[in-house]
Amino acid sequence: MRYLPLTESDRRAMLAVIGAKDVDELFRDVPAAARLAEPLPLPRHQGEMEVERAFTRMAGKNLSAGCAPFFIGAGIYRHHVPAAVDQLLLRGEFLTAYTPYQPEVSQGTLQALFEFQTQVAMITGMDVANASMYDGATATAEAAIMACRITKRAKVILSGSLHPHYAETTETSLRYTEMEAELLPPDPLGFEDLLGRVDSQTACVVVQNPGFFGGVKDLRLLASTCHEVGALLVVMVAEPTSLGLFESPGAMGADIVVAEGQSLGMGMNFGGPGLGLFATRDKYVRQMPGRLAGQTVDVDGKRGWVLTLSTREQHIRREKATSNICTNSGLCALAFSMHLTMLGGSGFGRLAEINHANAVRLEQKLAKVKGLKVLAQSYYNEFAVHLGDDVKAAEVVDALAEKGILGGVPASRFYPSWPELAPVLILAATETNTEDDMDRLVAALKEVV
Amino acid sequence: MSDVNTFSGNRGLQVEEKLIFEMGNPGCSGVDLPEPGPVDLDRMDGLAKRGAFGLPDLSEPQVVRHYTRLSQKNYGIDTGFYPLGSCTMKHNPRLSEKLARLPGLADLHPLQPQKTVQGALEVMDSLAEWLKELTGMPTVAMSPAAGAHGEWCGLMAIRAAHDDNCQGHRRRILVPESAHGTNPASAAMCGFSVDPIPAKDNGRVDLDALKAKLGPDVAGLMLTNPNTCGLFESEIIEIAAAIHGAGGYFYCDGANFNAIVGRVKVADLGIDAMHINLHKTFATPHGGGGPGAGPTVLSAALAAFAPVPYVVHGKDGFELVEGGREGAKPFGRVKGFHGQFGVFVRALAYITSMGADGLRQASSDAVLNANYLQAALGDVLTPSFDGPCMHEALFDDRFLKDTGVTTLDFAKALIDEGYHPMTMYFPLVVHGALLMEPTESESKDTLDQFIAVVRGLALKAKAGAAEAFKASPQFTPRRRLDETLAARTPVLRWKA
Repeated sequence: MRYLPLTESDRRAMLAVIGAKDVDELFRDVPAAARLAEPLPLPRHQGEMEVERAFTRMAGKNLSAGCAPFFIGAGIYRHHVPAAVDQLLLRGEFLTAYTPYQPEVSQGTLQALFEFQTQVAMITGMDVANASMYDGATATAEAAIMACRITKRAKVILSGSLHPHYAETTETSLRYTEMEAELLPPDPLGFEDLLGRVDSQTACVVVQNPGFFGGVKDLRLLASTCHEVGALLVVMVAEPTSLGLFESPGAMGADIVVAEGQSLGMGMNFGGPGLGLFATRDKYVRQMPGRLAGQTVDVDGKRGWVLTLSTREQHIRREKATSNICTNSGLCALAFSMHLTMLGGSGFGRLAEINHANAVRLEQKLAKVKGLKVLAQSYYNEFAVHLGDDVKAAEVVDALAEKGILGGVPASRFYPSWPELAPVLILAATETNTEDDMDRLVAALKEVV
Repeated sequence: MSDVNTFSGNRGLQVEEKLIFEMGNPGCSGVDLPEPGPVDLDRMDGLAKRGAFGLPDLSEPQVVRHYTRLSQKNYGIDTGFYPLGSCTMKHNPRLSEKLARLPGLADLHPLQPQKTVQGALEVMDSLAEWLKELTGMPTVAMSPAAGAHGEWCGLMAIRAAHDDNCQGHRRRILVPESAHGTNPASAAMCGFSVDPIPAKDNGRVDLDALKAKLGPDVAGLMLTNPNTCGLFESEIIEIAAAIHGAGGYFYCDGANFNAIVGRVKVADLGIDAMHINLHKTFATPHGGGGPGAGPTVLSAALAAFAPVPYVVHGKDGFELVEGGREGAKPFGRVKGFHGQFGVFVRALAYITSMGADGLRQASSDAVLNANYLQAALGDVLTPSFDGPCMHEALFDDRFLKDTGVTTLDFAKALIDEGYHPMTMYFPLVVHGALLMEPTESESKDTLDQFIAVVRGLALKAKAGAAEAFKASPQFTPRRRLDETLAARTPVLRWKA
């Protein structure tokens, strides 16, 4: 077996040193009733060729995005990842290292994390960012919990602009705690009144910008309203390339910014792993969850990096820790950072402009589909459309898939019990969409709607 | 430190590397993008377009060199022996990386119509089947993103089950003192209080002490098995009976499942929930901290409370259940979308490569390697417990008594010898712990070389060479770093 270097003679020699007759003897602490005498009756080992054949067969049953005009977003976005990113990510010194607890042999990971934290703080407009969370959903939940810790209040208001998975994950996370989540209904038109709901009991308001239905909002009034009553504003960014286009959440007054970082560096991977970005103000840094890389010097006075402020974390504080998180999304953070470094400041801004321009172009083309109405007044690279009162978006999406087109996400997939959302379709356009993709989508929509 | 100074500060292959923010040529980019079309400012709710970000501009060759140089300041499993106890640093097969990059698996959106992703759902279902077979458990929640996330998932299921049985007053969780820090932290996140239970002199849970702590407010027990001392909990069946007898559930921390795959079905031990770290047991890369995956197997008593989503066999193929279905009472959702799919692909590639015979051989070799280290080092180091260990060997610092050398110094000296240190100062239940987990990936030759080095260092310490130990490491890109300074004056980002 190709991953196992010991030979039978090695094993015999080692057992002799140990003084055991056989390996079974080493398992003698296992209760006899629970010991398995032989391998389970399951398939036996296979060579690379056989395994690759089986996976190629499974992969062949999927319609991959690259083989179809593709307009799905809703929390995972298809972007072009520069070839160098994945090649660098495969370097074994990054790929096969553990968490950098031994800083002298982990300066590569630590410096990369320090750069990542800086990049995240810069694009979100915040002071400081951590070394990553699992994904956008769990980062949102952790932000709500952190806001309760800071304000010593229990009420979390979840905007209807929030991705339903983020809202569900946050509700689940608060379920058995003193904290409570107040979830507002879905808000496809962006008419939600959050200002009137914030009061002196509110720990935080959590909004997503651009929202789940695509809407972009100026959050400054909401931020000041929160701050007047001592509540925090948590801004969730599901599409981080949008940070290249307009004013940052930090500039609008956010206290905590969380994001799903999948858009940069990683590809879609059927939705996982993701990358939770988490940024806040300096004054709240000791309340943050997750790891932090920090700058210091070594005994020779040379600049270097270590994991720091770990007295917040579970391995030191146990049940009093700010979170139970240990393993995070380190390699995804590295991929994100590499992609952003490849883009640079000018590339990041331009990427955002192209995304927005492509969405505008898509909206213009969709105007030719009879009965279709674009719901959003404002958007970045994604918007919701209403296909007509009697049209079911889920059926339209299935009919498009029959034609080899992956044409958005029906809102009903998330809101099955909201009949008024049945005709709503959420469409995204990125830099990967060509003019031809859009024309094929529009032509197909004309046929099936 | 070598007294040879270079003009550059570089030392041959050890090249000093600036932060990206300290380099760059404004206007450069490593990505060629077309001219954007007109940007519609009316579409941004009156927000202004962003100005400069402060991000550096670099071309592709600069970026490639930057990260290549950074990588050379890291130690990975690919570099050498990495006996980091409890972390399971085994070889990461490259076939898994190749398969995870097949466009038919990587370039898939989680919200595509389900009939266009039947192969992806098959990957999830096949992996789930393997995990159920290997543990003997009826259900697995696939979505937890890591070990601690799986712990939380399992405890949430326990809390939900108690609530459903009108036992919501059960709020106390028993956790051994030797547990990973994530255990009490996860329990606290479910609103449980944590009650520590002591160990006996043989490193196992004190069953009598545990029984004395049982009561009508006990929700359950969290126990790592094999435990964090690298020992199998020999009274585990009695432990399970005791906790069940008191109306509690039994959570097993599966961080060390790699020691027993194919040799024990955990269902036979009486557990109700256990997470499986795919990035440990099933060889997916640790990636400098993640991502991992922590699917959590559940007993029949907890199955109904598994979180969404999950895959079922429907009439037209695989079906992903994202909301509720009849009979199910999911406690909620633990993350976005469907779990760590990219990690699932890698883990399934490893599992099907190894097969039932290979997985059992891997556990056997992991345990053999650890016992070999324990036996070959037992006379110069001080093993904490008698008898065979499982996949990791635990030593304490008695062998360093009166030498002036600490566990930390010993670990740093190993770095100069070309090894990644073992886990230090964990578990907390022995003094100055050195926890070594060789895994099955290491050859006898590698172990013999390591043994010779550790023996040499132990003798050197006993001979009175504390100063040399204190000065180590000498040959790393950076020597010992000032962690106190980092915490006292946090610098967490670059600033112009």
